[in-house]
Amino acid sequence: MITHDILIVGGGLTGLRAAVGLCDKYNVGLISKVYPLRSHSIAAQGGINASLANNPEGRDDTWEKHTFDTVKGSDYLGDQNAIEIMCKEAPKIVYEMEHWGCPFSRFPDGTIAQRPFGGGGFPRTCFSTDITGHSLLNTLYERAVYKNVKIYPEWFVTGLCVENGQCHGVIVLDIHSGELIPVRAKVTVFGTGGYGRVYRNSTNALINTGSGIGMAYKAGVGLKDMEFVQFHPTTLIGTNILMTEGCRGEGGYLFNNKGERFMKSYVPTAMELAPRDIVSRCIQTEINEGRGFDHPLGKYIQLDLRHLGEKKILERLPGIHSICIDFIGIDPVKEPIPIMPSQHYSMGGIDVNEKGASEIKGFYAAGECACVSVHGANRLGGNSLLDTIVFGKLTAQAIDKELSEHDLKPEENYLLKLEENVEKKINRLTKPGGERPYKLAADLGAVMSEKVGIFRTKDELAQALDEVTKIKERYRNVSVSSTDKHMNYELHNALELDYMLEVAHTIVLGALLREESRGAHFRRDFDTRNDTNWLKHTIAKMGNDLEPVISYKDVVITRYQPMERKY
Amino acid sequence: MIKSDTYTFKILRYDVKEPDKEPLFESYKIKVIPGLTVLAMLLRIRDEIDGTLSFRCSCRSAICGSCAMVINGKIDLACRTQVATFGTDTIILEPLPNFEIIKDLVVDMTPFWQMYEKIQPYLIRKSPAPEKEIHQSEKDRKKIDQFVNCILCACCYGACPVLNRDPQYAGPAALAKLQRFSSDSRDQRSAKALEIFNNEKGVWGCDTVFRCIDACPKDVRPTDGIVGLRKTMLKNKFKIMSGGGIK
Repeated sequence: MITHDILIVGGGLTGLRAAVGLCDKYNVGLISKVYPLRSHSIAAQGGINASLANNPEGRDDTWEKHTFDTVKGSDYLGDQNAIEIMCKEAPKIVYEMEHWGCPFSRFPDGTIAQRPFGGGGFPRTCFSTDITGHSLLNTLYERAVYKNVKIYPEWFVTGLCVENGQCHGVIVLDIHSGELIPVRAKVTVFGTGGYGRVYRNSTNALINTGSGIGMAYKAGVGLKDMEFVQFHPTTLIGTNILMTEGCRGEGGYLFNNKGERFMKSYVPTAMELAPRDIVSRCIQTEINEGRGFDHPLGKYIQLDLRHLGEKKILERLPGIHSICIDFIGIDPVKEPIPIMPSQHYSMGGIDVNEKGASEIKGFYAAGECACVSVHGANRLGGNSLLDTIVFGKLTAQAIDKELSEHDLKPEENYLLKLEENVEKKINRLTKPGGERPYKLAADLGAVMSEKVGIFRTKDELAQALDEVTKIKERYRNVSVSSTDKHMNYELHNALELDYMLEVAHTIVLGALLREESRGAHFRRDFDTRNDTNWLKHTIAKMGNDLEPVISYKDVVITRYQPMERKY
Repeated sequence: MIKSDTYTFKILRYDVKEPDKEPLFESYKIKVIPGLTVLAMLLRIRDEIDGTLSFRCSCRSAICGSCAMVINGKIDLACRTQVATFGTDTIILEPLPNFEIIKDLVVDMTPFWQMYEKIQPYLIRKSPAPEKEIHQSEKDRKKIDQFVNCILCACCYGACPVLNRDPQYAGPAALAKLQRFSSDSRDQRSAKALEIFNNEKGVWGCDTVFRCIDACPKDVRPTDGIVGLRKTMLKNKFKIMSGGGIK
């Protein structure tokens, strides 16, 4: 048994920021199933929003304007108190990261460069060329090294221990040794990332299974707004690798097979810089109505950067340039990029407040695995990196406050009981003869991408619910190829699949019940927003029969009354 | 040219927990659709043929640095390497050299990270932080650009002939990282902080044969960093000799 005051699960931006904020005063341990620098924060490209007003075109930007853009972008489902906190905190966070060494791109006057992003009224997205996530994650990891944070790389969390309304820690599988290790902590923080990989087509890393979210749910923690799944408009055909919104922020165009900048017929003012939910629907409509291009890998739309010129592409979008060459053999200086929309971000997640606190004593969550909610029904580009660092920091502050006021006593017995259960589960999964886990994961991904995508209907969602339930039944008979507990990646996949299925179940059920269209949740059979009945958060909790029980929670509105969302 | 659509993957298998069993190549035959990467094939082999195969991966887009390995003799990331580029239907996969194998294609990265930590990989400031950003000109930002791009995948570490004969050598990635900070206009590390690498285990150990540059999947040139550090150290030495002292 290992003991820490505070245990952080996840080595991305959220986890590292929380660790850096707490390690001076507490005995902190950070667990990550990969080396922290392999976390998916590294893949964020475009930037981080903050109303620095450095851009000559945005000198009168303020945190209030950033708040309004975010509230409107969220289709009024975001909690306005939390959005205010995030936007007010944003400039401080960006300056702090800069002071810690983040190599932001610069304007000629030496200040941090900012560019426009979709749904923002001002050019307020700070960036480090097109590898902003990489630059920020390296900076925070460097800070964690400087602060000597205790890190356990390649430790895989298999279960969250919650008993009597309190969290006691987690059970870990040491990937190298195969040993099960109970870790006891007064406070456990999840910064475990989103659930993109429940979809077949996703920009997300393979590690983004959403298992942290499913684990919290199975331990009795509520999940919020799970049906709100962001589909990014521009992902590379085939691999679905992200083509940052920065491509359009720098002036890129979208073309259909008639050579038209088709956004003019949908959103003539914002054009390519309308928010993601809208642009994704426009692209999908163009494809559905026969105005896409054909490719052996599927139908696509063109993202054209050529008019930006070689110099700007190489200076501002060098990563995009090399990804296109490596992964599809296209030089974006010379040819348009073939793109399609695909799953990108999880707006929903573990139900927490603006302090990162869940309803369970001693259990906190922040970043993409959590839902505060600051993104509501649709996240704006540049707000996810901001969310991870702001709420990593604020969660650390809230934990410090809680532990200063009263001590928590996590109990060893509960952990030992959970360890036994995990052991049993592993023994069952390593018993030969059952179905291999990849088949179930592939079927799940197909159902989610085909029936719970950009456009949704009651019939398809009902079918998806039925299919997810059937895959859950098949899961009882899953087995992996080897009884080894060490270095057994197939076993990890099987363990995570359990949680992915629960996550998918809550997404589908939430989407089926929400009979309106709001932000990224678009129902063809209820194609308008319905504030009278649906201006509320969906909460999913696991019931006694292990089925999800859905309830609803009010949205916090401070100063922006819901209006029609027009761009 | 693609000879056929069925490929043979020969993958080195070894488990440190079974030290009596020698490492050996296991062959897998699999149909390849043009345009697929080595990583995509590894995932299919693990799913469809052999669930016991171990390799690291995450982002699939050459940014997380997990999947460095030797592919038909060339060190690269499996995720960005197209199967069809080799002009042969046999693909041989081996773990990264200069490391101990844990299992199959997974190596023990501990020495790599230890060296990384040794260079003090963080911005060191002596002046108090300003209220807003520390200003940096576009020109100064450009100086660190290539070193900022490093994803710490250890391709260079695996390719380095010096590390092959001297595991105590700091290695290209750590030294490139040191140059990333040393040449950052905002960094105020003392000349002393560089002195621990002013020897054969540090910047003077490099053979300057540029293997690291060939191996880097992100166009970083670690040798440029090492040469840059050498120049800085010589300048510092000149300052001492001319009575400036070392900070």
